[in-house]
Amino acid sequence: MTQTGDVSHVLRAPLARAAGWTAAFYLMVLPLMGPRRGLWVALAVLVVQALALAADRVSPASRERLAAALRGSGRFSAWMELRPAWVRTVAPPALLLALAAAGLGMSPYTLDVATNAGIYVLLALGLNIVVGMAGLLVLGYIAFSAVGAYTYAILNTQFHLSFWLALPLGGALAACFGLLLGLPTLRLRGDYLAIVTLGFGEITRITLNNWNSLTNGPNGILGIQPPSLFGFTFSQPKHYFYLLLAMVALAAFFSRRLERSRLGRAWVAMREDETAAESMGVPTLRLKLLAFTLAAFWGGVAGVLFASKQLFVSPESFNFLESVMVLCMVVLGGMGSVPGVILGAVLLAFLPEVLRGVAEYRLIVFGAAMVLLMQYRPQGIWPSSRRYEEFRQEA
Amino acid sequence: MIPGGEFFQQIVNGLTVGAVYALIALGYTMVYGIIELINFAHGEIYMIGAYIGTIAAALLLGAGVPAAAAIPLAIVAAAALTGFYGLSAERIAYRPLRKAGRLAPLISALGLSIFLQQYVLLAQGARDKVFPEEITSAGFTLGPVRVAFVQVLILGVAALLMVALQGFVRRTRMGRAMRCAAQDPVMASLVGVPVDRVIALTFIIGSALAAVAGVLVVMYYGKVNYLAGYTAGLKAFTAAVLGGIGNIPGAMVGGLFLGVVESLAAGYIGGEYKDVVAFVMLVVVLIVRPQGLLGVRVPDKI
Repeated sequence: MTQTGDVSHVLRAPLARAAGWTAAFYLMVLPLMGPRRGLWVALAVLVVQALALAADRVSPASRERLAAALRGSGRFSAWMELRPAWVRTVAPPALLLALAAAGLGMSPYTLDVATNAGIYVLLALGLNIVVGMAGLLVLGYIAFSAVGAYTYAILNTQFHLSFWLALPLGGALAACFGLLLGLPTLRLRGDYLAIVTLGFGEITRITLNNWNSLTNGPNGILGIQPPSLFGFTFSQPKHYFYLLLAMVALAAFFSRRLERSRLGRAWVAMREDETAAESMGVPTLRLKLLAFTLAAFWGGVAGVLFASKQLFVSPESFNFLESVMVLCMVVLGGMGSVPGVILGAVLLAFLPEVLRGVAEYRLIVFGAAMVLLMQYRPQGIWPSSRRYEEFRQEA
Repeated sequence: MIPGGEFFQQIVNGLTVGAVYALIALGYTMVYGIIELINFAHGEIYMIGAYIGTIAAALLLGAGVPAAAAIPLAIVAAAALTGFYGLSAERIAYRPLRKAGRLAPLISALGLSIFLQQYVLLAQGARDKVFPEEITSAGFTLGPVRVAFVQVLILGVAALLMVALQGFVRRTRMGRAMRCAAQDPVMASLVGVPVDRVIALTFIIGSALAAVAGVLVVMYYGKVNYLAGYTAGLKAFTAAVLGGIGNIPGAMVGGLFLGVVESLAAGYIGGEYKDVVAFVMLVVVLIVRPQGLLGVRVPDKI
């Protein structure tokens, strides 16, 4: 080795590596992005490498410290769990009242966006039961919502079925689908289950697209009646806003009670260690089925609400990306944490409105965020304290 | 009933598509064999390979290189660059999560898959990318069956690559390391197998094979778009499960089997339901014979 000075000797290998990765990335993106735009990618790679290198030079532990800071100390969620009982009883109704009051002052457009966010919150809370509480990855979740939406659409346009009857019926039918799918597949290992549910989602969408006599194929079903109650018809964004607010409150209350019930605790035991849970007498298969069916039920309910708000359904609304979107909400908010999941759903539902100018970059940011989130904050933004501990031990 | 000639035609078409599924399925199966991860982004890797191959072929043909040289060169270029995509994917999205349980890498893979899909959409637009050379029509007839030259090419290249891969895994030092890591990564690393490097190589080989499949498909169908990876990935995964996941000959058998069944279903039931048939088959196999056609049942580790 030549004695050209300490610094260059130590730096040479990392510099060469940084240059190598930069060049490689430039080559990789060159055919797809062209020589000019590819340079921006190369520049970004170079900057990231340089920052990492600089951080290592300044303080070797800085990267770990940053990662630890991002992962969080869990103090906030611990405080939230241990907060005084009166905060716990007062905060949710207070928030609900505040939202109801805010609804009076919102523009019809904002109300509409908020209503859509409400539907997503319902979906996310439903998916949270199976992914967050029971720890089963379900990827085709939106299919259950499609079942609910089409139940209402078909029965309402053909037989003028009332919305209030369709709401439980759509949920129940979706739950039946969940049960039918769950019975044979829940014995499978986790990642197989993910793929099977993904396949189920696709089958549902393709069937809706092609069963013309029942679903009117890709054209969808028009002319669904809005819900009405004692002669009062839901016609304005305001009406739907309060309907959804009530449903979300109901679903959140249900989820919260479920989480602390005997059932919820059994799910956690199963999620943490299936073998141990089973050997302690937890009937895992039945519990999985129950989680699956309950999640499907809420998916169906959300679907009925969706159809009653849009007054139109088509298979397009139930594609794979919607399933991914709902999963993102659960993961971002914090799997298994009811307030986290609600927050995640609201954030992601409002995000497109905020990012209107750069809408085409929305999904690519989503994808990158999912990858980074799993590395730096797998427990989500508002984790349940129990989940936080679990991820800390795994890491 | 469709006539007998039609039946054999569907078999030939099915084998062609099946060979492509098999090539993609190898990537799933090899990765799963070692790190037990369903690489959701693999379908996107295949799609990127198809794009790179198409663009390279257009450039070469545009520069006046004869097709007989341009197409092999485009395939090699696509395989090399796409291999690098696989390597980077492993380094960025999977390696940091190797010890992080089951759910985290799956979600990371899903995120990566969306990222790559959107990256191609932003870079290349939503319109179909058309292969520069019209080669889909040329062919010959064999009795009642019409065979395109591209189909022969696909079957030939796929067979060649599978034999080569099998040779690599069975006969070389690195192949032995790969089998070793697949059996027990911890034990393998204890006896000196460079497991990290083996995993990286697995991703490179799997991605390169998917890229070759991608270029072949563009030549067969004439076009590709940024959504192509999703269905192809699902089908190839089905093929891998069908043959027994983690099992290399299984992926080949599973791919061909799936291709033929799907093609026959399209002929007898109707084209719009052929995807449904594939997924129903996946569900049925997972329920009835989760170890796949060629797999061996492995008890779950406690």
